This record gives sequence, structure tokens and C-alpha cells, in this order.
Amino acid sequence: MASLRQIAFYGKGGIGKSTTSQNTLAALAEMGQKILIVGCDPKADSTRLILHAKAQDTILSLAAEAGSVEDLELEDVMKIGYRDIRCVESGGPEPGVGCAGRGVITSINFLEENGAYDGVDYVSYDVLGDVVCGGFAMPIRENKAQEIYIVMSGEMMAMYAANNISKGILKYANSGGVRLGGLVCNERQTDKELELAESLAKKLGTKLIHFVPRDNIVQHAELRRMTVIEYAPDSKQAAEYRNLAQKVHANAGNGVIPTPISMDELEDLLMEHGIMQAIDESQVGKTAAELSVAA
Amino acid sequence: MPQSAEKVLDHELLFREPEYQQIFASKRAQFENKHSDAKVDEVRDWTKTKEYQEKNFAREALTVNPAKACQPLGAVYVANGFHKTLSFVHGSQGCVAYYRSHFSRHFKEPTSCVSSSMTEDAAVFGGLNNMIDGLANSYNLYKPEMIAVSTTCMAEVIGDDLDAFIKNAKQKGSVPADFDVPFAHTPAFVGSHITGYDNAILGVLKHFWDGKSKTAEPLVRVPNDSINFIGGFDGFVVGNMKEIKRIFDLFEIDYTVLCDPSGAWSTPTDGEFRMYQGGTTKAEVERALHAKATIVFQEYCCEKTTKYLHEKGHEVVVLNAPVGVAGTDQLVMALSRLSGKPVPAQLELERGLLVDAMADSQAHLHGKRFALYGDPDQLIGYTQFLLELGAEPVHVLATNGGEDWADKVKALLAASPYGQNGKVYPKRDLWHLRSLLFTDPVDFVIGNTYGKYLERDTGTPLVRLVFPIFDRHHYHRFPTWGYEGGMRVLVTLLDEFFETLDANTNVPSKTDYSFDIIR
Repeated sequence: MASLRQIAFYGKGGIGKSTTSQNTLAALAEMGQKILIVGCDPKADSTRLILHAKAQDTILSLAAEAGSVEDLELEDVMKIGYRDIRCVESGGPEPGVGCAGRGVITSINFLEENGAYDGVDYVSYDVLGDVVCGGFAMPIRENKAQEIYIVMSGEMMAMYAANNISKGILKYANSGGVRLGGLVCNERQTDKELELAESLAKKLGTKLIHFVPRDNIVQHAELRRMTVIEYAPDSKQAAEYRNLAQKVHANAGNGVIPTPISMDELEDLLMEHGIMQAIDESQVGKTAAELSVAA
Repeated sequence: MPQSAEKVLDHELLFREPEYQQIFASKRAQFENKHSDAKVDEVRDWTKTKEYQEKNFAREALTVNPAKACQPLGAVYVANGFHKTLSFVHGSQGCVAYYRSHFSRHFKEPTSCVSSSMTEDAAVFGGLNNMIDGLANSYNLYKPEMIAVSTTCMAEVIGDDLDAFIKNAKQKGSVPADFDVPFAHTPAFVGSHITGYDNAILGVLKHFWDGKSKTAEPLVRVPNDSINFIGGFDGFVVGNMKEIKRIFDLFEIDYTVLCDPSGAWSTPTDGEFRMYQGGTTKAEVERALHAKATIVFQEYCCEKTTKYLHEKGHEVVVLNAPVGVAGTDQLVMALSRLSGKPVPAQLELERGLLVDAMADSQAHLHGKRFALYGDPDQLIGYTQFLLELGAEPVHVLATNGGEDWADKVKALLAASPYGQNGKVYPKRDLWHLRSLLFTDPVDFVIGNTYGKYLERDTGTPLVRLVFPIFDRHHYHRFPTWGYEGGMRVLVTLLDEFFETLDANTNVPSKTDYSFDIIR
């Protein structure tokens, strides 16, 4: 099992993380890699493009039905999709109750103990938004993902999340083997997006692995619950994802310990690139009436 | 007042005094708002019916009196089995107080174990600081040679990562970088104390054999002729370890007991407090890697560990806590085969003595019906022995036993004419057993102290042969394993039989025609 490569995709919700990861993994499967996707998002949408399904039955929903995780078999939770990619979704509790983070731990332990990782080349974890508690850091524990890829775009909250995720990685990187593999920028067509992504990568001590251009074909493929790789294998966008897959594949062992920045530094960076306006401190906390008097 | 310094009344008698009786009566009349005695009797009688049993067994979301404890209890047990090792539970204090008191109530010895005292702050921010301070305090105050870390529910729910935390604590200088801190995640809400035993012993083996969390080179196995023994969670460990070592010594086998807490729970009163005593040393753990084989005495206490031992190249002999004649034969023959040595004459003699004793008493236990509950392996061993005695195991129940275990017990029962009435109940609790004892009564229950409520409710005499035993003293000092242990189990069963027979025949001129001197 020494050759097992484990990676994880993190990123702000709604950034196109699951789309990017599934397209990249489909491209890796094309390259002959045997892949297991572990969705660690209570939304359970990390595998729909691979499985052509609305939402996969999750480990935790099946466990809730069966009574306990111990009552499950691997076959119950693992589905096979495009190019034999194995798919599991951890799932989670209903919104507002329970503990989704513990759900991630429970699911990953179940998969490991039941041999889900046997015979695969890649395990990829798809993890939601911010690393809000210890459970969502499960994939970056020792002997789990070796490299983390952060999916972001050129807007403030996505960059804020990327910085936060780097903080999470740093917590574990000093004592363990987890590294930041790099940033993947999913184009939103905001101003100067590429430069911004590159300078954030530099600040975090890593590199922008790939800049994925926006292309409507992604939406067309998604409507059919397919990856672009499968839907339009000859398209330009498919070539982009293949390119990204190759970069990820060649990036083994090249991860770094990230150097997350402070909120002030992040804001400076955004201002530098014109994403955020400089704030006139003398106006902070003044009502419209007060400001008109001052004027 | 009924109490006086001249003649102090124990609570057994004190509360029978009129003053207290008056208080109880007035409390009942004024505040308890109790149903009528007739109604209470009616409901009590209803709980004895078949109809109630069906409802009871249809229970889905409620467990009443589970016959199991939680994972960290097993992990604390394991930590006590290693030389100068402090058990450190990462979590809240109350949990740890429970492990300590649980063991101390059973073994009547102090049980050392520390907690990282997680509070609400730690639940919000993560318990890293508790680990850092906790390890430093433990190391400096209690001077252990090793600290074995496990977790409670709280640390597990918030996702504290022991590996990273311990490394971080070492970087902060809590303990020296090369100090041994094996660890195991032991979420209390998964499995039972036997799962915790498995995780914890696996944590220790992996630590020493696989490079001490990357602070040393992994050990390379150079097979030798020695044999390891892993006993599993055992409430009679003080007596049993002595017996197991004696058997190995009689064979003159080079052996290592992995995890031996018998010293920690058997210290003399001679003026010196021993925080640590006995236990497997680090050198012995490291050496154990090279053994040709490992005997795992209790399969369900070591499921992951067994897999790991296989991966390391050990021949693993997996047993289910065998007791009695054929049971002990399994162990003895395995030792003979592995060592290539004949069975020592002393053991042959002991076997003969056990067979003789069983033959002397067989008329009394023959056909007697038993219900038994406890840990999965132990129940397999006891079932085997009961069948051997011609007794009938009727209800065999384990809260922490699964379908796989149930199949094993069913196979045992099916293979004996005395097992034909036997039924196996995996994942059931003592409230289920209560129903069974009413609808399908037996002569005796084999269980632990908690079984005394079943004994009271159903009138079925209890034989205490299962951990924990709080209300009888020193049973743990005597073995249940080996031919000697078989003798002890036999005598325990017979004692209860004769006590019951005497109690049932002691009414003058009514039943005392059977109140015999000779039994």
C-alpha cells in the first residue's frame, strides 16, 4: 500500500470544488489510475457527476437506517461510476442537529476498516468549505491525505477560506506529513483574477497549480450529471482538466507547509489588486447625516 | 436516635429503626404519589408475561442495563498491563473517575489513571492545550516510563487528533522527544470495552514495532522460537495470569505476555504504595515482534490486533477464552505443537484431577439449566464448559457480541445433546434477559454483580463469574483458566448449587427431609 496516493480538495462552498475535483479525477481515471472518491460534505454532491446520480446514499444515512455503522457492509455504501471510479459519500445529520464533523470521522474509519482503500491508486477527499472543527480536519490527519488542493477564485470570501484552510493544514503540517499541494483557481471572471490568485499562492508559500477558465460547457455537462471529460471529451475544457490532472499527478511529494497570512495582510492584498477599496478611517462609524454635515 | 457511639448500627439495620421507618412512611404518603399496591403488582406481573417479552424484544431505540462498558475502560486496562505505564485519558474528568472506581471496586486495589481534564473551553477550542499541560504534569508528577493515551467521547466528537497532539506536545517540551507515548482513539460510543482493549494494545504494538511515531526506525522482525500471549480483557486476571505463566513455565517455553496487569491489581500492604507494579516492559514488547507465534486468548478482544500480527508474519492462534477440560486442552495442545514439546506430566496430572472432580460432582450439575451473559469470548468458554459438565446453557446473551459470535455459540450448542434448548442473544441487554428468565426459567444465572437485580426479581440464583464483581471479594485472585481454573469454576458452580439446595430444603418438618449432611 506504499504507492497509495491520498489527496483532498478543500474550498469555500459554491466555488465549484466538487465540479473541479470530479473532472480532475475523471481525467486521472482516463490516465489509468484507480480512484476512490470520499465525499466529506453533508450535501453529498461530491460524486454525482461520476455516478450520474442525483445524490448517492450516504454512509451515515444508511447507518441511521440500519441502526449503526457496524451494521453496514462496504457494498452498501460504495458505488462504481465512470471508468470504475469508486464513490462513497459520508453524508451527515439533518441541518441543525448532531455533529457533521464526527460523521466524517466515523465514515473514514468505517472505510479504512472495511478495506475500501485496498487496490486503489488514489483516494480523494472532497471536503466542505471551512475547516470548522476537528472532524473536517480528519482527511489531513497523519496517514490520510498527503496533499491538499484548495479550490478558490478571485473573490474575497473564497480567498479568505483558502487562507483559513491553510491555517488548518499548518496545525497538522509541523507534526505530520500533510502538505499544501497548491491552489486551483476556478475562474469567476472577476477583475485581475489570475494575478490575484498567483499573489495569494505566493503569500501562502505555494503555487497556483492551474487556472481553470470559465466555460459554459461545464454547466451543460452538469445538467446531464456528467463530467466534461465524459460529456465532451474533445472539448477545450476537457483538455484543461486533463492538464490539471497531469499537474496533480506530477505534484506528488512537492507539497509545502503553508504560510497563512493575517486578516490585515489579506485585506492589503485585495486592495493592492483593486478588489477592495481602501477605507477612509475618518469615516468609519459615521452615519449618513454626520457625513453630510462634515461635508 | 437509634445510632449511638457505643453500638454503631450498619445501614443494614439502621434504617429498620422506627425513626427511619416513620420517615419513609410519611414520605411515601405525602410526596411519592405512588400508584396503589394492586396496580404496581399488576404491572409487575405483566412484565413477566410472554406478551411483555415480545414488546421488550421489539425495542429499537432503548437499551436497559447493557452488559458492557465503554472503550476507554478497556484502554485503561491495557495501560495497566505495561511496566511503569501511566494511563492517560484525553477527555473529561468524570469519565476517568469511572474507570478508576470501576476497577478499584472490582479488584479492591487503587487504579492509577489520569485525565486531561477537558472542560467547555477545550470542547470549543480543541484539547491541544490540555494534552500539552496534561502530559507535562503526568510526566513530572508521576514519573512514568511510558504514558498510554486514550480518549473519551468528548475528545472524539470534536475530532481531536492524538497523533498530531502528542507530537505538538513533544515540540512544546511536555515530555522528551523520545519518551514513549503510544495512543489509541477509543470513542466510548463505538463498540465496548473489548474494542477499547483491542485499539489500545494495537496502539502499543504499533508504537514500538513501527518506529515510535517516526522518531525511530521501524523494527525488523527476526523470527525466534518464542511465543507471545495476549489474554484479552479479563476480570480474573490476577489469578489467570499466574496460572498462564505457570503453564508456560511447565512447558519451559520462551514466552512473552503482552499486557499483564496482574501486578498492578495485586499489591501487598507493607507500608509502601506502589503506583506501578509488574507489567510488560518495553524491552519485552520490542522482543515480542520476533516471536514465531502469538496466542490471542480472546478473539473478540483482539480483532484488529490479530490482523496486525498476521501482517507482521506471526502465526496467530486465536482462541475464545477456552475453559474446562476440552477448552484447556485447546491451549495446551497449541502450546505443545508450537513449541514441539510434549505436554508436561504436571499438566496431565491436573487434567486428570479436574476430570475426576467433574465426575465426582456430575450428578448435581447434569441437566441443570443456565442463563449466562458477559463478554463474547468468555461466554464461548463457559458455554463449552457447561456442555462438558452436562449442564444446559439455555440463554446465552452478550450486549457486545455480534452475529458472527452468535454463530459460533450456536455451533457449539448444536454439537452437544445438552445444547439443544439453547438460544443465543447477540446485542441484547439485561432487561431482555429479565423477560427470558420469567418466560423460560432456568436454574442459575452466570453473570456479574449487576445480575443480583435479576436474581432478586426472578428468584434465579446468581453465580458470579463475570466482570465486574463488586459485591463479593477477591474472586479475581483465583484463576478460571487452565485445568486449575476449571476446578475453580466447577467449585463456584457447585457452591451455588448446594447453597440453593440447602436454602430450598431447610424448612423444619416441611422440606428438611432433604436437608442432608452429605451431598
